[in-house]
Amino acid sequence: MIGPVIGVLFDGFAYGMLLFLLSVGLSVTLGMMNFVNLAHCAFAMLGGYVTVTLMNRFGWPFLATLPIAFLAAAFVSIFFERTLYRRLYRASELDQVLLTIGLAFVSVACAAYVYGTVQQPVQMPSYLRGSISLFGLNLGVYRLFLVGTALLVTLLLVLALEYTRFGAQVRASVDNQRMARGLGINVDAAFAITFALGSGLAGLGGSLAIEIVGLDPTFAFTYLIFVLIVVSVGGLGSIGGSFAAAALIGISDVAGKYYVPHLGAFLIYLVMIVLLMWRPAGLFGKR
Amino acid sequence: MMSVAGAIATPHGYLQAQARWRPIEIVCWLATLLPYWLFPDYLSLASQIAITALFALSLDLILGYAGIVSLGHAAFFGLGAYTAGLAAKHGWGEPISGLLLGGIVAGIVGYAASWIISRFRHLALIMITLGMGLLLEAAANSAGWLTGGADGLQGVKMWPIFNAFSFDLFGKVAYTYSLIVLFILFLVARQIINSPFGLSLRGIRENSVRMPALGAPSRAHIRKIYTISAVIAGIAGALLAQTTETVSLESLGFQRSADVVVILILGGAGRLYGGLIGAIIFMVARDQFSGNTPQFWYFWIGMLLIAVVMFLPNGILGGLARLTATWKAKFSREAAS
Repeated sequence: MIGPVIGVLFDGFAYGMLLFLLSVGLSVTLGMMNFVNLAHCAFAMLGGYVTVTLMNRFGWPFLATLPIAFLAAAFVSIFFERTLYRRLYRASELDQVLLTIGLAFVSVACAAYVYGTVQQPVQMPSYLRGSISLFGLNLGVYRLFLVGTALLVTLLLVLALEYTRFGAQVRASVDNQRMARGLGINVDAAFAITFALGSGLAGLGGSLAIEIVGLDPTFAFTYLIFVLIVVSVGGLGSIGGSFAAAALIGISDVAGKYYVPHLGAFLIYLVMIVLLMWRPAGLFGKR
Repeated sequence: MMSVAGAIATPHGYLQAQARWRPIEIVCWLATLLPYWLFPDYLSLASQIAITALFALSLDLILGYAGIVSLGHAAFFGLGAYTAGLAAKHGWGEPISGLLLGGIVAGIVGYAASWIISRFRHLALIMITLGMGLLLEAAANSAGWLTGGADGLQGVKMWPIFNAFSFDLFGKVAYTYSLIVLFILFLVARQIINSPFGLSLRGIRENSVRMPALGAPSRAHIRKIYTISAVIAGIAGALLAQTTETVSLESLGFQRSADVVVILILGGAGRLYGGLIGAIIFMVARDQFSGNTPQFWYFWIGMLLIAVVMFLPNGILGGLARLTATWKAKFSREAAS
């Protein structure tokens, strides 16, 4: 009786961790510069395609492609940040939404042009396949790997933000940009690096997502919605908030699909609207 | 511009001057009759354009004039479409009353939603409108017994309009019908915009905190215009259901919400003709380019969006207005010297 429930909880938590990796970058960007970056999942998709290409065309091992996916997404995002995004930091949300939706459209079309609209096949290495028994429960190895990666990333992020000089600058910029500038912190540089970091994490998430949800050109929009839900429910700029929200959304989505399949995604949207009406700034939001 | 502003002393004088019909507007509306002779094979497309223009007009009222960004406006379009489609499917195929019914249902839901909408701004507002659109889409998808789910609503049978004009294959009646409805609702929107209420909407767009200090209840105004916009969007949806005699899930999907925002921004938000011009350009371009490769069509839409945001912040009409203003200034300078 209790076994399946824990199994669903575990799958939901693993799915939530995937959403966390995909969304934490956006949360920081939104919280820091109030920039609504709807092309965030396009960077995740880029990471996914980098992994697919390296594995299928060049025969790289899966784990070796992950850092490359991270770096590729980070560098491409820096390019767009310098050329397009920075001009709109002071613009209205609508302009930012339109520009980044435009970028996402272009990325979807480019992905469809290069790779076609089919799902990309990947062959996971044998040590990440199958499942192991733990306390009488069958847990998927890949999902364990996912949870482990997400926890490691969270730990690294929290340590970096809490205990390094750069982290202190980022936190100061999030809390009060003008004051941070006044103290001589280079807010623009801090933002550019954080932006690249966030997009890189999205790229990493995109690579890790292939095994769970597949990869096709619509990825940039399908998961954008989940990412936005996580970010707005968790509260802008809050890593802990994103973590909690991602876990909550992941578990309720998997549980909803498992126990009330005919409702589909209905439950998730309802949860989001009710939470936002209750707390417009998100669960852990400051404003 | 200075001389015009100087000549009008009273607020009512200003509004009347704004409401006066300009020759170019009359020419534009006469030009909508051209498709009958120039493109008789494309009347179905022309009817789709008129419907899209009406939908864009409804979004313009809230986004362009009141500054309420909505990424889920297709919800009302779809509600109107399903209402009219279901009415016709279950034995009431009279078009005009079906249209009104679609508008009323969308309006009721819009009024209920407006109580939520008017409380939020910025990102929370975008997310809530997006969520409500997705919620409705998921609901329509799950309620397959009512809506036909992913297969769409089949078996919509329309009666002839006024028992005299039945919908033909070439879309002649459909275009006339859509055009007349568009024109009537355009007149309504024009009246609203050129009223003191319309003026206070623009005030809310510019500064929603100061407007209450002037005695204009921001939230009540937002509720009002949001409901009106929902009604118009519902009527547009009902028109689409009646002229195509089918309703698909796509009619309330995210894609349609995003498309209509693109159309409005492209044409120029906050201008009555913005949605109309945008709809013509968008729909004709899509018809020409998307034929065999629909996914690449979005490459150009994306490029267009980036270009509009970067170089034409007020859309095509805004760019034209700036151009004519420069010309006029040059002309008057030359005339003076």
